[in-house]
Amino acid sequence: MSFSDILMQIVETIFATFTDVLPIAAILFGFQFAVIRKPLPNLGKVLIGFLWVLIGLSLFLIGLELALFPLGRLMAKQLTDPAFIAGVESAAQLTGAVQQLAWTDYSWVYIFAFLIGFATTIAEPSLIAVAIKANEVSGGTVGVWGLRLSVALGVAIGISLGCYRIVVGDPIQWYIMAGYVVVVIQTVFAPKLIIPLAYDSGGVTTSTVTVPLVAALGLGLAETVPGRNPLIDGFGLIAFASLFPIMSVMAYAQVSEILTKRAHKS
Amino acid sequence: MQNTVRKLFHFMLSSARDLAPIIAVIVFFQLVVIGQPLPNVGQLLIGVLFVLLGLTFFIHGLEQGLFPIGESMAHAFARKGSVPWLLIFAFCLGFGTTVAEPALIAVAAEAAKVAANGGLIEANQASMDNYAQGLRLSVALSVGIAIALGVFRIIKGWPLQWFIIGGYLLVVIMTMFAPPEIIGIAYDSGGVTTSTITVPLVTALGVGLASSIKGRNPMIDGFGLIALASLTPMIFVMAYGMIRL
Repeated sequence: MSFSDILMQIVETIFATFTDVLPIAAILFGFQFAVIRKPLPNLGKVLIGFLWVLIGLSLFLIGLELALFPLGRLMAKQLTDPAFIAGVESAAQLTGAVQQLAWTDYSWVYIFAFLIGFATTIAEPSLIAVAIKANEVSGGTVGVWGLRLSVALGVAIGISLGCYRIVVGDPIQWYIMAGYVVVVIQTVFAPKLIIPLAYDSGGVTTSTVTVPLVAALGLGLAETVPGRNPLIDGFGLIAFASLFPIMSVMAYAQVSEILTKRAHKS
Repeated sequence: MQNTVRKLFHFMLSSARDLAPIIAVIVFFQLVVIGQPLPNVGQLLIGVLFVLLGLTFFIHGLEQGLFPIGESMAHAFARKGSVPWLLIFAFCLGFGTTVAEPALIAVAAEAAKVAANGGLIEANQASMDNYAQGLRLSVALSVGIAIALGVFRIIKGWPLQWFIIGGYLLVVIMTMFAPPEIIGIAYDSGGVTTSTITVPLVTALGVGLASSIKGRNPMIDGFGLIALASLTPMIFVMAYGMIRL
């Protein structure tokens, strides 16, 4: 990519982010002045804050598009390449080898799914925002890192399980329904304070960083495995990525409750 | 000024820590598993620098702009005491942030293509645009309703789990009847709606509201808006698929 291409991309991204933020700003300030009818405290500071958010988000997206996304997508493609998975060199052996693959032959795909799911979730800006808020509101009981790590672990498990599902070809509904049953049972036993936050963390994870890489992985895998439909199976991963954090966050709360109780007893 | 610089530097260090895993994973797989050198190291470094600065500025702006305005508006509405205005505001916020969401526009166009290929709608540009437009509006409408409903829940103090479990039950039932082509897109649309700017804003609104209404606990009542906003699109998109076909 040449320098002028990069410059074009920067201008385009900033423009797109502005059009993304404009309606939000219009609604906020419209209601502030027309309905609440009070001057906003610290108006200048808030406006500068908005500007920081705009610039920050634009730079973030440009950087991802320049560095991490192309490589991540290429990697997803290479790891799901039939020749790589079957470990054969020549095209002649390939079709026969692909037919004989067992689900265990895809181990690098599961490992990559787990690690990339974990790593992208740690870098997800909206999760950082929610974690900061939750920490503040809970008076420090919910740790920023405790929440982020458990969400990331949930996404990692969800995506690698989702890859396994694509490989073996089970219907997605079974997994999702079984997952919801677990969520309902956990809801009964988990500490009441964590439940809304746990539900929220499901929606938070699938955002700017995770979706593009995970979608690329799902699509690549669905194209490689014989008998899969990329349009149906490629998209299913996102549903896994938003279901499993609900479980892992509730589990995190349950475990830390048990640990605190035990510490009190001894 | 010096304070701001010190704060930014602090944010930058934590951003570097946030990004380290993703870089480690990509470098490890590229060099060790796939066994190829990193392409375009220069561009890669510039990109990583941009991501680092971007995340730093974003977090800084979050605490300066998005969080304070979400909370101060929640307090102002609570003091004003007008529930209808608050609900209208919540609906507009949900609808307005979703209808222009680039990820949603992309998914809607993709869905129209799938529907046209499957012979569900006529395979021409006009009917595809029409279909995509309808899908976008139904998702935006569902998010608007979700935020308004969630705000009403905070005011009333109803437990969130009944809404979520009931909603997912509805999703499961609808999955059995919805056309198979729409299911993947419906499940996907839930995740698409919650963008990086909406999440902090809506979270601040919920928490601010719950902490300014007497008898509400910000932990129990303040969170949950995002969960509702990622649930209702699934219901609405499947309903859209059932009505349109």
